[in-house]
Amino acid sequence: MMPDLGRYAFAVLAAWGVTLALTGGLVALSLWQAARARRALAEREADRTPR
Amino acid sequence: MSALLLRDLRLAVRAGGGFGLAAAFFLALVTLVAFGTGPEGGLLGRIAPGILWVGALLSCLLSLDRIFALDWEDGALDLLATSPLPLEGVAAVKALAHWLTTGLPLVAAAPLFGLLLHLPGPAHAWLVLSLLAGTPALSAIGAFGAALTVGLRRGGLLLSLLVLPLYIPTLVFGTETVRRAAEGAAPATPFLLLAGITLGAVAVLPFATAAALRAALR
Amino acid sequence: MSLWEYANPTKFMETSGRLLPWVAALAAATLASGLLWGFFLTPDDYRQGASVKILYVHVPTAMMAINAWLMMLVASLVWLVRRHHVSALAAKAAAPVGATMTLCALVTGALWGQPVWGSWWEWDPRLTSFLVLFLFYLGYMALWSAVENPDTAADMTSILCLVGSVFAVLSRYAANFWSQGMHQGASLSVAPGQRMDDAFRTPLYIVLAGFVLLFVALVLLRTRTEIRLRRLAALAARERMA
Repeated sequence: MMPDLGRYAFAVLAAWGVTLALTGGLVALSLWQAARARRALAEREADRTPR
Repeated sequence: MSALLLRDLRLAVRAGGGFGLAAAFFLALVTLVAFGTGPEGGLLGRIAPGILWVGALLSCLLSLDRIFALDWEDGALDLLATSPLPLEGVAAVKALAHWLTTGLPLVAAAPLFGLLLHLPGPAHAWLVLSLLAGTPALSAIGAFGAALTVGLRRGGLLLSLLVLPLYIPTLVFGTETVRRAAEGAAPATPFLLLAGITLGAVAVLPFATAAALRAALR
Repeated sequence: MSLWEYANPTKFMETSGRLLPWVAALAAATLASGLLWGFFLTPDDYRQGASVKILYVHVPTAMMAINAWLMMLVASLVWLVRRHHVSALAAKAAAPVGATMTLCALVTGALWGQPVWGSWWEWDPRLTSFLVLFLFYLGYMALWSAVENPDTAADMTSILCLVGSVFAVLSRYAANFWSQGMHQGASLSVAPGQRMDDAFRTPLYIVLAGFVLLFVALVLLRTRTEIRLRRLAALAARERMA
């Protein structure tokens, strides 16, 4: 299934690997930051309503 | 506006080492480069155009954060903004003051450093010309960066990060001018491009600088 | 500083909340299909061998690196002219995405060139321009973090984006000029040759579309986060004053 990359194996796999890792990391980070902000805002607004 | 200019010049001199500080730093830099790369004349001569220009650039960088800092701290910047002087004019004058106290001394000192770095003979004239044409851009761009970071703590480092990439076109054409002159080729094209960038920067950047100052003062 | 009461952010939150899952799903599907096609089902280039497969990660990330900056430029202009907070925050949100794309473009570009150059990095004018672009991204993000007042930060970063764009273009020309002067002959065109087979082209377009969708999804997501953070800060400020 894996194509024969010949002598370019390292270059191709590294290039794809870095791209997927960096992009995946960015997506994960963005999701985590979004969840954290949503939670914090929800808590803060819950604190406000009992006024 | 000439009153503003004279005031800034006097302040720079009084603050210690106004005119000579940039040149002294340049000398230190040249010395460090020689230590770092070895004293072999041939090698030094080949990298001299780049080193001289990078040195000039870094020396200009040194005094950038002071362009607006003092006036910001004591409230003089507010006064200048509300004065009948257009803020763009203030920005231009500040850049001019910086150039007179930093860029111009570098231009004067450059041939000496060219000698130290074994810059080939014919290139010296073009070194001076390229610095003369390019350093005003460095001051104008630097003033813009200073306005963006005015009043920030640790602003100096951020200022460098913002300004150095903006310096790249000037650096490339300035170095290329000197390099071609050193090799005996015609330096006209890069020199004209260098001059063009400076003219554009000096004409347009004061508006961006003023906009940044207004944002900071709001 | 009650951002939430402005109509714009509320409508943005509503609309983006509905759109986001769809855009994200579409992005994932497009990327997956395009990347799998490109990796497993395309032939080797007769000149570049299997390294041509790097095309599918290098070209899209390089394009997005530039497109992200262009989007930030437009968003900055909208902020400066129309003072829509969402626009300023969208530019802020896009910057890390653009920076990541630029970094990917740099790394993949270097890796693509390595078998041909024999070294891990050559100051090829195109790669050098991307390095400069990366520096611009870093400066932009640093300025956002450094200025306390959000509106001032939006102003400063917008002006920086404008001026930076001009200088980025100038740097591109300067880098071309500079590499000719170096007579290195290392100025290799990392881009694929002009005659690109359809076999390569179609999966490439799919991956490109996937990255565009991914960019949109990430910017929507991150802008929503920025809006929430602004709201949090506004609430905190109000409580401090109460």
